[in-house]
Amino acid sequence: MSNTEVLLQQLIIGLSNGMIIALIALGYTMVYGIVELINFAHGDLFMLGAFLALTVVGALGLDAIPEPALLSWGFIPLLIIVPLFCATLNWSIDRLAYRPLRDAPRLAPLVSAIGVSFVLINIGLFWGGLRMDVFNGGVAAASPKDFPWIVSSANLLGPDSNIILTWNELLVFAITVPLMIGLSVLVKFTRLGKAMRAVAQNPTAARLMGIDVDRVIGATFLIGGALAGAAAVVYSSYNHTIYFQMGFRVGMDAFTAAVLGGIGNLPGALVGGLVIGVIRAMSDQYIATEWTNVVVFAILIVVLTFRPSGILGATVREKV
Amino acid sequence: MSEGPLLSVQGIFAGYGPIEALKGVTLNVQRGEIVTLIGANGAGKSSTLMCICGVHRARKGSIHFDGEEVTDEKPHSLVAKGLAQVPEGRKIFARMTVLENLELGAYLRKDVAGIKSDLDMVYTLFPILGERRKQLGGTLSGGEQQMLAIGRALMSKPKLLLMDEPSMGVAPILTAKIFDTIRELNKQGMTILLVEQNAHLALKLAHRGYVLETGEIVLEDKASSLLTDPRVKEAYLGDED
Ligand SMILES: Nc1ncnc2c1ncn2[C@@H]1O[C@H](COP(=O)(O)OP(=O)(O)OP(=O)(O)O)[C@@H](O)[C@H]1O
Ligand SMILES: [Mg+2]
Repeated sequence: MSNTEVLLQQLIIGLSNGMIIALIALGYTMVYGIVELINFAHGDLFMLGAFLALTVVGALGLDAIPEPALLSWGFIPLLIIVPLFCATLNWSIDRLAYRPLRDAPRLAPLVSAIGVSFVLINIGLFWGGLRMDVFNGGVAAASPKDFPWIVSSANLLGPDSNIILTWNELLVFAITVPLMIGLSVLVKFTRLGKAMRAVAQNPTAARLMGIDVDRVIGATFLIGGALAGAAAVVYSSYNHTIYFQMGFRVGMDAFTAAVLGGIGNLPGALVGGLVIGVIRAMSDQYIATEWTNVVVFAILIVVLTFRPSGILGATVREKV
Repeated sequence: MSEGPLLSVQGIFAGYGPIEALKGVTLNVQRGEIVTLIGANGAGKSSTLMCICGVHRARKGSIHFDGEEVTDEKPHSLVAKGLAQVPEGRKIFARMTVLENLELGAYLRKDVAGIKSDLDMVYTLFPILGERRKQLGGTLSGGEQQMLAIGRALMSKPKLLLMDEPSMGVAPILTAKIFDTIRELNKQGMTILLVEQNAHLALKLAHRGYVLETGEIVLEDKASSLLTDPRVKEAYLGDED
């Protein structure tokens, strides 16, 4: 395998994971943009989405079916059920744990978010110990679970190619790209999107325009949750391993991506996600996997030193 | 349309934690009037407007608008009932265009044709907004932002327009223009409650006025009488006459 081929292969992996990270980063950045809260529970929401995905896979018997020629039909129900679940859960978390603290000092909802994160992690641990075939029959609640191949792993570049490109990678893009386009259209052009931007820029003025701010915030949590759910399905089917602490690991990447791109900035989440995804892949390949987190955070620090508001951070200063 | 004042505020108390900002404020605004509320910094003028709009909760007292009790209503239902505010410091959506700011003013309206004609009305009132419609709100000058804030409030087709210090941070020539506009709007039937620190300008424009001091109304009278009242002259008008 030539050097160029290695590089290309890592680029494919990096960009694919980057798109997934970006999808999760959007949830952080949307919530931060609108209520200035770093929703620490967001990564764990994603983790529970992955656990639900595996449960649904088991319930539909997809784990028993041999690897499909292209794509298992089970992908469709997964892409409906899991985002719905994560959206509802995220909305409920806001309703129960954040909304009552909306007028409290900033630190209060932040602490609440950390608490929710612990609760979700422990639900994941418990879920992982349930007696289901797909969860290794309930033994070792904490151990990683295998996620079956529900997408073909045949190399689209032909059996002789050193570079591997499968339907898995294409599917990552086929799902994440339309979701991101859909989100930008929603934010830019719809009534809800305008209301979301208004609340993010000036909540008091938004109230004075007749915007029901609580509902708009609720809708933001719904959308962010749905994206995390979609990310959970794509991540699981792409990476094939899920575990109850992955919300912290992947969530940290996504949060870093959001900050790197400019927290509160939607295109920033995409840029940040791709940058983190590619850096991780390159570091895994050319440095060493155990150094990857160090590399990621070092780059974050360097970027923030020169551009404190992130790569695409706010360029228009607000006049008061 | 019911009889009685368009807005009636009865003995409202409000505060921020331990700070008591309003201590029994009572005032009313009749249909077709310009009423001004003057007072020093920190007297509670903005707090009064925010309570009327439902953004801030009154601890005690009641607010009636258009014949209905609205004391505990949320801001969005008050906007739906016909209340709009041009807030202190303008509160423009800085990263949205002038047009988007104006469209948000009409957020609760469904009458597309009406919105379009009100947009034209605003552009006629402030031609500069029409020229700048694609520019971001945050890049406008202070005076232009003030015009945008007024235009945005008008886009909701309000029955009562609350204005909080429209002259603040605006060049004198533009202030005159803005006050002319207020007079013009009132001639066309708009009821206005105007908060101002520039008491002289406000009293010359308004029909009636209230003087607020540390959360309490200490004077209320016809604007022309307040203009010549020695207490007002001493405290708020300085040497302007
Ligand atoms: N968000 C807040 N938190 C704490 N105290 C506040 C807050 N807003 C206003 N206050 C206090 O309430 C009192 C009334 O303030 P308010 O803004 O209503 O006065 P104002 O008459 O509008 O003053 P100005 O002319 O300076 O705009 C002041 O003592 C002020 O310090
Ligand atoms: Mg004020």
